[in-house]
Formats: sequence, C-alpha cells, structure tokens
Amino acid sequence: MRVNLTVNGRPQQADDVWEGESLLYVLRERMGLPGSKNACEQGECGSCTVRLDGVPVCSCLVAAGQAEGREVVTVEGLAEFARRRAEGGAAPGARAGQSASLDAARRWQAGGTDSQTGEHIELAPIQQAFIDAGAVQCGFCTPGLLVAADEMLERHPDPSDEDVREALSGNLCRCTGYETIMDAVRLAAARRSEEARA
Amino acid sequence: MTAVGAPTGISQGSRTRGGVGESTLRPDGVLKVTGAFAYASDMWHEDMLWGQILRSTVAHAEIVSVDTSEALATPGVYAVMTYDDLPTGVRHYGLEIRDTPVLAHGKVRHHGEPVAIVAADHPETARRAAARITVEYRELPLVTDEASATAPGAVLVHEHRTDHHAAHVPHPNIVHRQPIVRGDADAAAGRADVIVTGDYSFGMQDQAFLGPESGLAVPGEDGGVDLYIATQWLHSDLRQIAPVLGLPEDRVRMTLSGVGGAFGGREDLSMQIHACLLALRTGKPVKMVYNRFESFFGHVHRHPARLHYEHGATRDGRLTHVRCRIVLDGGAYASASPAVVGNAASLSVGPYVCDDVDIEALALYSNNPPCGAMRGFGAVQACFAYEAQMDKVARELGLDPVEFRRINAMEQGTLMPTGQSVDSPAPVAELLRRIKAMPMPPERQWESSEGADVRQLPGGLSNTTHGEGVVRGVGYAVGIKNVGFSEGFDDYSTARVRLEAAGGRPVVTVHTAMAEVGQGGVTVHAQIARTELGVTQVTIEPADTRVGSAGSTSASRQTYVTGGAVKHACEQVRERVLDIGRRRFGSHHPAWAGAGLLLEGGKVVTDGGEVLADLVDVLEDEVIEVEREWRHRPTEPFDPRTGQGNGHVQYSFAAHRAVVEVDTELGLVKVVELACAQDVGKALNPLSVIGQIQGGTVQGLGIALMEEVVVDPVTAEVKNPSFTDYLLPTILDTPALPVDVLELADDHAPYGLRGVGEAPTLSSTLAVLAAVRDATGLALDRTPVRPEHLTGTA
Repeated sequence: MRVNLTVNGRPQQADDVWEGESLLYVLRERMGLPGSKNACEQGECGSCTVRLDGVPVCSCLVAAGQAEGREVVTVEGLAEFARRRAEGGAAPGARAGQSASLDAARRWQAGGTDSQTGEHIELAPIQQAFIDAGAVQCGFCTPGLLVAADEMLERHPDPSDEDVREALSGNLCRCTGYETIMDAVRLAAARRSEEARA
Repeated sequence: MTAVGAPTGISQGSRTRGGVGESTLRPDGVLKVTGAFAYASDMWHEDMLWGQILRSTVAHAEIVSVDTSEALATPGVYAVMTYDDLPTGVRHYGLEIRDTPVLAHGKVRHHGEPVAIVAADHPETARRAAARITVEYRELPLVTDEASATAPGAVLVHEHRTDHHAAHVPHPNIVHRQPIVRGDADAAAGRADVIVTGDYSFGMQDQAFLGPESGLAVPGEDGGVDLYIATQWLHSDLRQIAPVLGLPEDRVRMTLSGVGGAFGGREDLSMQIHACLLALRTGKPVKMVYNRFESFFGHVHRHPARLHYEHGATRDGRLTHVRCRIVLDGGAYASASPAVVGNAASLSVGPYVCDDVDIEALALYSNNPPCGAMRGFGAVQACFAYEAQMDKVARELGLDPVEFRRINAMEQGTLMPTGQSVDSPAPVAELLRRIKAMPMPPERQWESSEGADVRQLPGGLSNTTHGEGVVRGVGYAVGIKNVGFSEGFDDYSTARVRLEAAGGRPVVTVHTAMAEVGQGGVTVHAQIARTELGVTQVTIEPADTRVGSAGSTSASRQTYVTGGAVKHACEQVRERVLDIGRRRFGSHHPAWAGAGLLLEGGKVVTDGGEVLADLVDVLEDEVIEVEREWRHRPTEPFDPRTGQGNGHVQYSFAAHRAVVEVDTELGLVKVVELACAQDVGKALNPLSVIGQIQGGTVQGLGIALMEEVVVDPVTAEVKNPSFTDYLLPTILDTPALPVDVLELADDHAPYGLRGVGEAPTLSSTLAVLAAVRDATGLALDRTPVRPEHLTGTA
C-alpha cells in the first residue's frame, strides 16, 4: 500500500508498504529517519517515541497505515519544531530526512571543541540540556526521551521532580540511572523560566 | 561532587583547555541528540537483504532432521544456510574455549540456539521463511543445576572435551573450578566466638542494553567482507570470525558502528558470523537486527549462583575465618565462565582482612541459557553473599554493621586470599565513614501540604497506601572489584596519534579500535591528547581494525589501558616534536637545550611559561604519527590448587547506603535514596565518572528488586524474554543518587586513575537488600526480592 504523511513538516510518501509495517519501520527504513529507535519494538521502552498529531506515541505500536494523512514529529525535527513553537508558529518544522548511511558512520568523529557545545547546529533547548547535563551515554534512549521530555515541558513548564518522573516513566534508560536525565530536564526548565523572566 | 585526594602531579597540559580532569562534553553528543548518530541497526545499503536466525524451541535435543526446502522456495528468499553449508572446517567460536557452534550441529544444548539462517528482501519475509524450516528434535535429558550436572550417569553437555580446563575439573560438566586456600581455616574457626553460616541464591540478570544486536555485512570485490557492527572488542570478534569464513583477517574489515550500550553482553559474538556468511553466500549486503525477544536469546547473561558461606568472628568484632563455596551456572557454552570463576573465588571475601580462608568457586555446564560477562562479573554474586554475611555476623555480635565492617576493613598492604598485596590506596573504612555521614532523606518524605503524594510511596500511582503499613529501612554495603584482565592475560591496547598543522593551527588525530559503547572513552581520549600535546583541536577517528587491538571495553579497563596507550603515544609524539623544534630553533633560545619543555595552547613553552615557538612553525609540513602498544603491569595465573598468585592488576572500591520504604502488607518497596561513595583514583572526566557510578548503581538496584531471567526448572526454557516480563528499573523506580567521589591516586596507573564502571554495581544490590531486611526483619537470601518474598506468599 501507499502511505502519505507529514514528517517534520514535510510531506512524505512511502510505496509498497506491507500492511504489517509499523510507523517506526517506515520512518527508519523507508524515509531515512532512523533517529527514532528500535530498542524493544513492543511498546515497553519508549525509545521510538514520536509526536503523532502532537501526541507522544510509541511509533512501534502505530501501524503505518494509521499514520495516513497525519503529522509526525521525530527527534530529527525536534529542533525546528521547538524553534517554531518559541516563535509562536504552530506548524511543525520542515527538515529533510537524512539517512544514516555508511558515509554517516564513517564521518562519525569528534570535532574538537566545536562539537562539544553544539555550535553551528540548531538544537532544541531540551537537546542542549541533555548534552550539558551528561544525560547522554550510549544515547539509544535519548531520542525518545527528548521527544517525551519536550512535550512534557510544553504542557508543564515548571515541573516538580515527581512530575518529571511520572511523565518519563515510559522511557527506559539502561546507562545513566536517570539522575542526569532529571538534571537535564531541570536544566531545560530553569533556562526557560530564566528566559521568561528576562 | 566533592573530590579529595593527592594531586596527581600533572604539569604538562595543565594550561590547555579541555584536558584531563575537566568535565568536557561528549564529542558525539550533538549527533546523539539529533538522531544523526548511526547505530548498528541504523545501517542501510542499497540492495541490502535482511538476515534472520531460526532458533531452537527446546533446550536439549538431538536434531533428527532439518528441512529447508519450503523456506528456500519462499519468494524474496535469497539464501538458507545450516551447519552443512558452512564454508570451512572451523565451525565453532568462543571467547576462550571454542565450544559454540556457528549453527547447531547434531544437537542443540539450550533454548534459543541458532539452527539455521535466512536472507530475504524484507525482514518479515525472512522471519516467515525461517518459520517454514522444519526441524525434528529428539529430546535429551536436561542438566539444569549442580545435582543434575554431577549425578552418577549425568548426561554430558559437552562430550570429548579437549579444552585446557578439562584436565583439572572434577567432572566434565564443570567448566572450571578454582579453589583458594590460605592460612588454616579449621584452626582459625576454633578461635571464633561466633560462627555464622548462610546459603544464598542469585538470579540470572540480563544486560538489557537498549540497542539490539545488529550489524551490516557488505561483500567486497576481493572476496572479503566489510562488517559494520556493535561490539565490545573488534579484534576479538575478528579472531573468531575470520577462520569460520575461511578468510585471512585482513579481508574481514570491521568498523565499529554506533553501540547502544553493552554491559558485557557484547563480549561474545551474536550475529557477526551469520551476517557475513549470508553476505558472502548471496553477494549482497545483509543487515541483521534482533528484536527484543531475540535479544534475550542472542547474548549471554549474568551467571546465576548458589553461594554457601561460613564466617567466624571474635567477640571484639574481628573476622577469624571465611569458608565459602560458590556455584555459578554457566549454561550451555563456556563464554567467559573461567574468568568469572577466577573473580568470584579471588574476591569472595570482600574488602576485608582475613588470613584464614578456604574457598571454592566453580562454573557448571548446563542446558540453561549460556552465561558470561556482565558488569562486575563474579564479584557481584560474591558481594551479595559476603555482605549479607557481614550483616549477620554484626547482628550476632551486637555490633553496628558499619562499625563491624570498619573493624575488618582492608587497607593498603592487606593481603588478598590469593596472597596478593593490595599495593595502592584501599580506602574501605573512609568510604564507609563518608557514606554513613551523608545526610539522611527526611522521614515521611511523601507528606505534603496537600496530603500524601502517592508517587513517593511504595506502589506509587497504583495508590495502594497513603503511608499505612510503610516501614523505613537503611542498609549499607561495600565491595571490591578487580580492574583489567587478570590471571596472566596479555592485556594491551594500541593507539595511533597524529599531530600536524592544518589551516594554520595544530591538529591532533587519535585512532584506536576502542569500542565506544556509551561510557565516554572518546571524550577521555580527546582530553588525554589535549593534556599531553597542548592542542585543543582533537579528532577521534572511527574505531576499526585498520589499527591494532584496543582490547575489550570491559573489566573497567578502557580508560586505564587504551587511555594509557593514547597517553603513551602522545608522549612519543611530544618527544618528536621537541626534537624537531630543537633542530629548527635550538640556536634561537638557550631554553631549547634544557629539560622541562612543555606543549601548551599550541605552543612550545618553558615550564616558566615563556613561549619558545608556535607548534605550527615547528611542524611546518611535517606530519608526526606514532602507533604504540601499551600494557599495564603483568599479572600471573592463580595456582590451580591453592589459588595463590598476583592475579589482578588493580582493585576498585565502592560503598553504598540505601534508604527504602516497604509497604509490609503488600510487599512493595520504594527506594528513597541510594547513595554511593567511590574511590576513582583520578576522575579524568568527573561528569562521566558520576554517570558511570549512577548507572552501575541502578543496575544493582535492578538485581535487588526486579531483574531476573526466569528459566523453567523443568524444561530449561526462558519464560520472560521481553521488557513486559523482564522488569528494568524505570525513572519512577529510581531514587535520588547522591555520589561522593574520592581521588586517591594509584601510582601504577596513568594519572593515578582507577577503573570506575563496575564497582558500583556490587554494593548497590546488597545495600538495597540490607535496607529491606532492616525494614522487614526478614532473612531474604535471594535476588531479586519480590513482593511474595516479603509477604510470606512465595
């Protein structure tokens, strides 16, 4: 079957989709957007979390056909989505799908001090906070956590620790013990309230 | 974080930004938060096929027949392979003992063993084709525990063993056995005022790294293959893969792709050989990605164990002797079992002074799932038992458990049961003091002005209590872990470092084969290069097999050993650049002739800070490149009868305090706080060090309360291969994790550092269990403790 959907603000089309394919599979394998992760593919870990018409969902549990005609935001589009939101625009950002090919793997390398702070690359505040707080280790849970945390802060800009834990309880992380993830969300919230005051 | 300790005397590089000791940020951080970081399962190649494994549905059986015809006839299927299709006579692999068939031959020895592989143009096509392979099994008797392994006439898991442990084990179903005898435990027992015994049972834990086993094999025009893979040790994989494919090692070109966690579960091969076989057979790139169900079968687990202990002590609180017997279940294949036995035996007494010990540790072959490496292996199981014993003895003596530990705490110079002297700081008493002195979380912390916040109570949002029946408990534990590969293993790493001028500034490139699995080794390598060469711009090349081995990302060893190799190679580069400088500019300034020249901020400076030359002017067009191997000091094997020997490189220590609240009516536990104090020698990157400690701590919490791969004792089948039924700690299960870091330099190690990653997983488990015991008064002699164990309904 053919599936049409809007991903990160850009119309996308996938052909020859088998009816059993998940939204996660179509994003990863047919649209060149592997940022949403495949840690459990059974809705338990949250690593594949995307926004579907604004609502955070496990994309592994959404049949691709169910996404027909709907709007999806993935981690690849999070920075632009956050920027548009901050500018007051409602539309999710458009960003070309980038495929993680072998070239991408070969290019994977430290860029010295520049890449440490994310200069020259647009990041959502929650993305920058994850880097700054040391909330990224292996990083496999990170995309799902970013989408979930960003959505939580959208609804709840000044959450208590218990609010954060409740909102992120569907996202497993095996590396960090979650403490630096808490730090990252606190940091993003604090920066935002500081900006609001300024 | 508070850090105390001796300064490590770093002079070179101390004025260059981003060096050792700073919390620099991950070089891969931006890629990881934008979704652009390419993990093994993200690999894609035009025209690629998908590989799928057919696994055994029974634990122990003869294979009567395999019929692949229907699978082969499935449209979209390109290849189906079984044992008979393997290209060479080398058809087994293994870390130490090559006892694991690439594909089952004649029999299967555990539930989920690979029997056949399929390549097809869609993953679902491959799955369906695999399901169309018909395998006829004739079931065999099962070996599931020590009794069935060593009973008269027991069926042998491996017949005709020829491995190097076979000659000294008491039974062919025992992989390896290590006794340790020092002093005279019988005589010492006569001096004991109290003797306490205990039997403990430790459940099978899964690494549960989030990135499933995955990789992409691309056939090369030269008949070789390129493999992009998530692993912990590229060169160990290579040594096992190449002979099975019948290729020389230089035609199996391996590149590390993004690794989504490891924790020991990627030390053994998973789909590496299978993907290469299918790629070479079909002439097309083949991608394999396990789903979570398969991942539970696709890697070894942490050994479950049964442990029997006897501790004696005098009335004034001094240990007289320790006797123990540790039986680890290694499952169907050896994997890392021999090393796990060595660790369990040598670390079985814990970080305590005790000169009279009688110890035995062994690993079984059984038809249970294979067990091998997981964070802290061997030491984790032992710590769970010896720390439970320490609490018991303290109670028997009427002593405070922390005070009893302090009385017996080892220090620098203490002899291990193996006779090895602990020859670097061993601040066991200080860690205990610190952990005890940390402020306690407030009582009834769930109460707020609006009533009880159920999220802070046992049972959480299930709303099972508002504080009724909730009892607080506090528990302490401390553990000891070895760092690096032990028992005489030639444990080295290789680093290639290049310094050149590019775009008008000096640039360093570091190339190693170290597997970055999330621990932050890439961050630390760049820091070391900045410190040693005084250059801020450092590029880390992708890890691959075009450079020498970096050893395994395990045993808390990478910062020590590959970090040591990077440091060593940088020192050679520094000498070369100073030589060039002396040649070119020596006549310009007398300081060039002296010692104590430093590289700082891209310049050659005197130790007084006077600038002699810019590095770019010294280098001009020259490219300095050095590749060096580096080794830590050698170790020696343990004596097979007495266990004596200087078997370990370095020891690391961590202590925990757990505060829990237990709903005693429902058996629900809320961990309120889990605090850790650890000595790290020197924190090369404090942010990463704390991340390691907190992550290891929570994996220990998981062992205590949640995590267990449940194997049916009758069928040896895995009952819970999913995150629905295998419970991992979520952010709701995890408390605040305060960390107190000591930095007491180990003079034998680069920068005085101590391996960090594993020690926190040891004491965390037992601290949580001790706290639950404190709250409930129950003995609790197993992991994990579940509600039924607390309510008497088990």
